[in-house]
Amino acid sequence: MKSNQQLTGAQALIKGLEQENVDVMFGLPGGCILPAYDPLIKSSIRHVLVRHEQGAGHMAEGYAHVTGRPGVAMVTSGPAATNLVTPLCDAHMDSIPMVAITGQVPTNAIGTDAFQECDTVGITRSITKHNELVMSPDDLPLAIRQAFHIATTGRPGPVLIDVPKDVLQNSMTWHWPSDDEVIDSLPGYKPTTKGHSRMIKEAAKLILASKQPVLYVGGGVLKARAAAALRELAELMDIPVVTTLMARGAFPDNHPLCLGMPGMHGTATAVTAMQRADLLVALGSRFDDRVTGKVSTFAPDAKIVHVDIDPAEQGKVRKPDVPIVGDCRLVIEEMIVALRDLMAGGTKQADISAWRSRVNGWKENFPLAYEPSEPGAALKPQYCLEKLRDASPNGTILVSGVGQHQMWASQFWHFNEPYTWVNSGGLGTMGFSVPAAIGAKVGRPDRTVWAIDGDGCFQMTAQELVTAAVEQIPIKVGILNNANLGMVRQWQEMFYDNRYSQVHFSESVPDYVKWSEAMGCVGIRVESPEEVESAIDKANSINDRPVVVEFKIAPTEQVFPMVAAGRSNDEIMLYPSQESRRELLR
Amino acid sequence: MTKSNPYGSAPNHHVLSVLVQNRPGVLARVASLFARRGYNIFSLAVAPTEQEDYSRITIVVDLESATLEQIVKQLFKLVDVVRIFELDPRNSVERELMVATVRATPELRGQVVELVNIFEGKILGVGPESLSVSLDGSPEKLNDFSELLRQYGIIESQRTGRVALPKLDRTPKVRAVSTKGKAS
Repeated sequence: MKSNQQLTGAQALIKGLEQENVDVMFGLPGGCILPAYDPLIKSSIRHVLVRHEQGAGHMAEGYAHVTGRPGVAMVTSGPAATNLVTPLCDAHMDSIPMVAITGQVPTNAIGTDAFQECDTVGITRSITKHNELVMSPDDLPLAIRQAFHIATTGRPGPVLIDVPKDVLQNSMTWHWPSDDEVIDSLPGYKPTTKGHSRMIKEAAKLILASKQPVLYVGGGVLKARAAAALRELAELMDIPVVTTLMARGAFPDNHPLCLGMPGMHGTATAVTAMQRADLLVALGSRFDDRVTGKVSTFAPDAKIVHVDIDPAEQGKVRKPDVPIVGDCRLVIEEMIVALRDLMAGGTKQADISAWRSRVNGWKENFPLAYEPSEPGAALKPQYCLEKLRDASPNGTILVSGVGQHQMWASQFWHFNEPYTWVNSGGLGTMGFSVPAAIGAKVGRPDRTVWAIDGDGCFQMTAQELVTAAVEQIPIKVGILNNANLGMVRQWQEMFYDNRYSQVHFSESVPDYVKWSEAMGCVGIRVESPEEVESAIDKANSINDRPVVVEFKIAPTEQVFPMVAAGRSNDEIMLYPSQESRRELLR
Repeated sequence: MTKSNPYGSAPNHHVLSVLVQNRPGVLARVASLFARRGYNIFSLAVAPTEQEDYSRITIVVDLESATLEQIVKQLFKLVDVVRIFELDPRNSVERELMVATVRATPELRGQVVELVNIFEGKILGVGPESLSVSLDGSPEKLNDFSELLRQYGIIESQRTGRVALPKLDRTPKVRAVSTKGKAS
């Protein structure tokens, strides 16, 4: 597809992004990326002008989370590139498809410590799936095609393209590489998507023979668009399902087979079912330390079927009995066929009715719990979340920051649809929620988008609400304000004998209502339980600008259940009122 | 160097022959992956292959086999890495090069020269009190040579990283870990 069309590198860059069907990008211009912002004026691509480059990165992530399409961020060199480091690392940890374009100093200045120069590809090497410094405008189209291909196939992740200013300014002959050219240019990149059929059959045999199976579902199921296949598998075999923090919504919370979230703050049922299982079918999950607790005591009697598109996840933490490298959707679909074939051939499924009733018994005896918010008494965060959950329209997208509020949101929301939960799981990035919610709303303008944030998180990236107000992206933010770094406070309470160190913020500063109003949002303050519903209704009724609701919650509230870091899942700390029933978990 | 024989082929040494696309930064990617994951590179040799688009990196790593599997898989995830072979030392040809400056007074010079000749090494330079010598060969041969030179006094020495290829004379027992399950 050679042509004689002469373009500048900048024009080629923007044209390349258009060819990749990019409809929106998040960014902030500056010295070295300036040339690229000129052709952007006439481009079909919407550019959301952020207030800080970290915001651009998280917005791109939020957009990718809810649409499944790669989020694009474009920023300049040096400090802009380093501001993008956190979102890149976040996207890398959570396998979010993202393409970042950074400006770089002109090629002849590279290595001279020029103004706003930094070694962007060096700095981001270990936190991107791939990165590339493009040294000639002729190389730009292929670099762009490679970036989108790598970011979105296999295990998705962030790819960064670093483009020196003169590469953007110099001219080139336009050429858009074919699919074959892209594949041929990457001889070292061939993700395996189709699972090994013999292994899949082995897995099917283990499933049929298992008396106490659990489907351990991770974010890979969402990345593979495998929710429907997962549901078919679970219902076909009547197997209970746990959905990790990255997989909330991959299986409906209101389904009788759903046990909720496993892990450090998972439900007692999900945690215990995995401990007692004789078979874990891990689907796109990576045996994260927050799920396994102390690895040597994790699911001690379980055989492991591990389905993951990344071969390096197989055996990284726990050696699988049946490793299957492949795309979760394709593998689950083949697994269903294999199970049906085996059953048609006369193989019977082991009786799992005793297991099902045992698991249901745990569900009844160990529900999520909290002491209710009494009128006039302190406001409980769980109560706020329940009210918000019940008052928000179906399909509302919930975006959280990191900390106690994140755990409560994951616990108390009912995720009944995939891609309605956006959070920072692996990296645990405080400040994620406001910009990610903006990106999510840009990706799904038809949906109500609520950011649930802590006051600590909010203060890290709140300036992006200016972006939201100016760009007319009407997200809603609920701040669960306990004037503390709540999760840190909880650990100091539990593990440092109530010796609080540097966790207390301030009850009066900042004034979140005034701050929100100054940023062009509606600000609402809620101080008592009886104000909660009306505030939420008011927030849900405003659609012409962002809304911030500050819930002043009890600072002493803790997240339960809890498995302390490095401890066995068998040592789960239950909600205090359920401790007397602990024996039932054996 | 505290150990008497730092170049000994310990049982948990593994030789990885990594075929990579010859692109800027590829060595940095490989090296930083080792650093990032806490793996140790024992020796390293890099050079373009017969095809100029590709380079071969021969890495000697020092670890348990379970970790080796993880290293190989992580290396595969690098987009520039095309193929990885684990070479079994028994079925591969391995070479290193050593240059050394050895104390050799006129009285002892003859003995050192004789030793160099026995090992089929080369004399690179002669000084009043010392000799510069070189030897290429298998790591074991270099170990032996180095051990024998030590009694005269090694003033300075430098060895290259190991380079290796599978043996030709029988079916090469090469464990290709490459074709299936590549990248993601």
